[in-house]
Amino acid sequence: MTELGVGSLPLGDPAFNYQEHELNERLKRLYPAVNEEETPLPRSWSPKDKYSYIGLSQNNLRVHYKGHGKNHKDAASVRATHPIPAACGIYYFEVKIVSKGRDGYMGIGLSAQGVNMNRLPGWDKHSYGYHGDDGHSFCSSGTGQPYGPTFTTGDVIGCCVNLINNTCFYTKNGISLGVAFTDLPPNLYPTVGLQTPGEIVDANFGQQPFVFDIEDYMSEWRAKIHGMIARFPIGERLGEWQAVLQNMVSSYLVHHGYCATATAFARATETMIQEDQTSIKNRQRIQKLVLAGRVGEAIEATQQLYPGLLERNPNLLFMLKCRQFVEMVNGTDSEVRCLTIRSPKSQDSYPGSPCLSPHHGASNTHLHTGGSDSPTCSNGVTPPNKSKSHSSSGSIKYPSASSSASSSSSSSPSSINYSESNSSDSTKSQPHSANSTQETSDSEMEIEAEHYTNGVVEGSSARIMNGTYKHEEILQPDDNSIGNGVTDEVCSHSRQLCGGNQAATERMIQFGRELQALNEQLCQEYGKNTTHKKMLQDAFSLLAYSDPWNCPVGQQLDPTQRESLCSALNSAILASADASARSGHGVCSAHGPSPVWFLLLRQSRQLFALAQVQVIVK
Amino acid sequence: IRSPRETPPMVGEVTATSRHYVDRLFDPDPQKVLQGVIDMKNAVIGNNKQKANLIVLGAVPRLLYLLQQSSSSMELRTECAVVLGSLAMGTENNIKSLVDCHIIPALLQGLLSPDLVFIEACLRCLRTVFISPVTPVQLLYTDPTVIPHLMSLLSNSLRTQEYITQIFSHCLSLFRLIDLCIFTPCDHMTFDTQYSVTLHTSSSVLQVRMQALKCFSVLAYENTQVSMTLVNVLVDGELLTQVFVKMMQRDQPIEMQLTAAKCLTYMCRASAIRTDDSCIVLKTLPCLVRMCSKEHLLEERVEGAETLAYLMEPDVELQRIASTTDHLVAMLADYFKYPSSVSAITDIKRLDHDLKHAHELRQAAFKLYASLGSNDEEIRKKITETENMMDRIVSGLSESSIKVRLAAVRCLHSLSRSVQQLRTSFHDHAVWKPLMKLLQNAPDEVLVMASSTLCNLLLEFSPSKEPILESGVMELLCSLTQSDSPALRVNGIWALMNMAFQADQKVKVEIVRCLGTEQLFRLLSDPDTNVLMKTLGLLRNLLSQRAHIDQVMSSHGKQIMQAVTLILEAEHSIEVKEQTLCILVNIADGNTAKDLIMTNDDMLQKIKYYMGHSNVKLQLAATFCVSNLIWNEEDGSQERQDKLREMGFVDILHKLTQSSEPNLSDRAKTALQQYLA
Repeated sequence: MTELGVGSLPLGDPAFNYQEHELNERLKRLYPAVNEEETPLPRSWSPKDKYSYIGLSQNNLRVHYKGHGKNHKDAASVRATHPIPAACGIYYFEVKIVSKGRDGYMGIGLSAQGVNMNRLPGWDKHSYGYHGDDGHSFCSSGTGQPYGPTFTTGDVIGCCVNLINNTCFYTKNGISLGVAFTDLPPNLYPTVGLQTPGEIVDANFGQQPFVFDIEDYMSEWRAKIHGMIARFPIGERLGEWQAVLQNMVSSYLVHHGYCATATAFARATETMIQEDQTSIKNRQRIQKLVLAGRVGEAIEATQQLYPGLLERNPNLLFMLKCRQFVEMVNGTDSEVRCLTIRSPKSQDSYPGSPCLSPHHGASNTHLHTGGSDSPTCSNGVTPPNKSKSHSSSGSIKYPSASSSASSSSSSSPSSINYSESNSSDSTKSQPHSANSTQETSDSEMEIEAEHYTNGVVEGSSARIMNGTYKHEEILQPDDNSIGNGVTDEVCSHSRQLCGGNQAATERMIQFGRELQALNEQLCQEYGKNTTHKKMLQDAFSLLAYSDPWNCPVGQQLDPTQRESLCSALNSAILASADASARSGHGVCSAHGPSPVWFLLLRQSRQLFALAQVQVIVK
Repeated sequence: IRSPRETPPMVGEVTATSRHYVDRLFDPDPQKVLQGVIDMKNAVIGNNKQKANLIVLGAVPRLLYLLQQSSSSMELRTECAVVLGSLAMGTENNIKSLVDCHIIPALLQGLLSPDLVFIEACLRCLRTVFISPVTPVQLLYTDPTVIPHLMSLLSNSLRTQEYITQIFSHCLSLFRLIDLCIFTPCDHMTFDTQYSVTLHTSSSVLQVRMQALKCFSVLAYENTQVSMTLVNVLVDGELLTQVFVKMMQRDQPIEMQLTAAKCLTYMCRASAIRTDDSCIVLKTLPCLVRMCSKEHLLEERVEGAETLAYLMEPDVELQRIASTTDHLVAMLADYFKYPSSVSAITDIKRLDHDLKHAHELRQAAFKLYASLGSNDEEIRKKITETENMMDRIVSGLSESSIKVRLAAVRCLHSLSRSVQQLRTSFHDHAVWKPLMKLLQNAPDEVLVMASSTLCNLLLEFSPSKEPILESGVMELLCSLTQSDSPALRVNGIWALMNMAFQADQKVKVEIVRCLGTEQLFRLLSDPDTNVLMKTLGLLRNLLSQRAHIDQVMSSHGKQIMQAVTLILEAEHSIEVKEQTLCILVNIADGNTAKDLIMTNDDMLQKIKYYMGHSNVKLQLAATFCVSNLIWNEEDGSQERQDKLREMGFVDILHKLTQSSEPNLSDRAKTALQQYLA
């Protein structure tokens, strides 16, 4: 929060301190769900994100025009320091027209980052504005629509963004003018634009009481959402909630292979699991292989356990093979990994990545122990016995979400190491007790549970299907791409193609040829497939760069790319093994209580802002 | 229930017949008892002596007994209540006797009946008893559930509302009502030190609060005294208006928001709250606009629109604000889309519901449009540009529902105040046609609005003027001037005045012929000043071009001069006298007509008098008249100049050239120049 303070200000100014205090209080009251450490609220105009014709003063709240103002080419805009956080639910700011200047060509509105500042808000894509000279609204277009009255010196114009239905309305002197824009994109910045000399406007981001009663508007939406939840039709399922919820939980656990937890859950709730335990464990094992990047083994295991499955799903097989090729480049697939086992660098790279979730870490390190059957290469950093001591403490004190989130350094969090050793138990059935497996799965689940109670569920439904939640992603959705940031550079230094091993590279080239042949064969059988072609092209492109991790197609190497494939394979197995196994899972997809779930999943943040739905989630 | 003075007072053997009536109440045959009570009812109406006799003979306890017996038929019980109500209408002694017989608890008990007619009879009697100064107010509080129950009955019918409001305004101080309205949330609330009410469920809490709030709105409506009292009430250090504002918060139940907005609206219209008060501008008005939105029930939308129309009717600033709030003008267009085509196919119930409210919605929208567009040209433009607006008005004018027709013509009238609309949309849609149709056999209230609109359509620059003239509107307008309603007379003569403005000689002659000189001069002595003003205006317009002036004056000169004299001599406002002098100005502009003034010394003296009047407008008009009389280049100007010089006009003109009023001194100078030439 401190970073938001405007640097140029004398800190001792009591008037400013008072205003700052009032601002903090008001923002806290208006947007209780916003965590400003993650998503700071706009508090002033940005001295960096403005056109040169714009001058700022009075703590960067006053905007004046200092260009020539000859024509529209002299228009100039300024954006606020931060975009509007989604967790606001409903966001509001006001602008007072101090002077309309020569012609009063003023625009008030919103724009996305990067939109040209040599323009008035509303003229360009991802830019929206309400203009004072004609009262028109401009929705990413040079021509306006009749919207409201004109505005001039002395008027106070407010702009409200409703992030629940993605609309925007303006107010003039405290009176709502009605909806101006719909289908707004996320992450818009408050923006003003001026065009003629003498134009001066003052912003109020909460420094002063608003003229419009925004809290009243917010209370209406709060009541609406509460009402929607209260009136949600339950119909015939009245009283069956427990069964529905139990079924959902159980099928989720089964689907993702949390065998021990599912069994425990079934025991506690006195329900039945449709799929037998071995089958669940098999699927879990295959999933873990894929997630670890050991796709070759995963294919092998699938062919062995579910004969004919991949033959019936040639597309899936092709996707798997493609991935296998990528993993060879990565140096993670067992076919190349066994050749590069002595290279500690390649092993360092994984735990070192800040983007690895504990879950990934688990499967990843499991690969080292299980794949090579060699205790020395179980972990490049931490000796195995030490990791076990970690694990015992980890299983007792389940790590909280935040602590595991922060532990992204190479010293793996206890939960990772713990599950790692257990995963190897479950897959390779080494002499470790079965109940330890159970404990592991439970501890993993516990982490998952933390995510839920956090209430910050990542929006994409694919993720929810995967069940692989990454702490980093959840807390900082913007930083989840592996392809940027300092940490990545560090990693890239230690990475080499196929782990830098010559034999491995040759094996990879050989595999590439086989893959090419498979593609041709599929083309003959099923006709051309552009998706396949693109996939193959992208995979082969990796070889064209000296540093594949840092190239335009380098994203493929990101371990998170394994998730969708893993999910596809899991679903295919479930579908073929027992169609009914999926039916339970269908509770939430087929005839689930859609509106509430839909809202929960898609708009959780906005809803939390207003309804505190966490209570219901619990 | 009949009014108390219908039958003549009875004479003769009063006591004997009275006894007979009482005896019949004890008949074993219930049918005979009923007939007896009915006969008694007819006998006591307006007859105080008979009432007193019956009371003395002990009819009251028996009537109360019958009223309370559940074995009695509803009809009998109702008739008993009616008779008791009749008895209460008598003297104060009667009321005392009734109260002594414990009539109040019995009647209050009766209010619990499901039968509305019976309830109304009981309430009527209770009303009469309670508004009497001899009845102790405390009797209303013997049972703590009474007040909430009365409030729940408030909206059952117009009668119950009337009676209960009367009871409340006599017995229940506003402060008690405020107690109910605001402090009801407490489980245990106190009316009085002795009486308390316990409410059991939260829904009944809301209900009581709502009833109390409704009660406020009924009391404040067009009642400055109540409104003024309410405005100054402090509740726990907070103004009552602020409490109402809180009730309008968006998370409150819609009904409460709407009713609180109504209360503030009525208080504002009763001049207790200024129209620029923030609780009106920033709270009440936006709240009512919100009520018009699609997400609310049809009933709420109707009520919201009607209340909003009422709120801003007299204030152009509120109209401007409303016109820009939440796209209100466009939002109202939706009011015309019921029953929607979707509802017709999919859902019979919905269709029925829509049909029931379709008229109400349309008339509410027309009313609101009328209110919005009554002053501001830009808003009118916005309204006429709304989708199919003119077509909707045109079809609204011929709808079967009188309410819709009235509202549509109000809307049309409001829009007809715009010169631009008269020239464009009104002409394009030939609105005069349905308007003319509407004028035939319409009830007075519609006629007032329609004729008022017609006045505007007959303005000189209106392209509709010609076709209206051709449609033979003259007779209708002339007949309006003979109406009993001053509003209709004004509109009739106003329309004729507009029609005569710069009209052809033919039209002018036709107006005079059709109206008849007799009626014309009758209107000049109309008690309504507006009618008189417009009649003078009509005369001025008739006497415009020189040829027309001479023609009219040659046929009606004598009567006109007579009427002018009468008006100038009578007590009239400056405006009326000014109009009259303007007629003389026009007459003085004629060729032959001049002589009617020149030969009338009395009139010349009057003109002289007004030249020296204290009011500049009258001085100016009189000077104009002289200037016309002595104008050079006209036959006989020399003689007229000489005559007026002799009468001392020149001296006055000289004096007027010194006037501080530039118009007047200029006019006097111009007149004097005629002498110099």
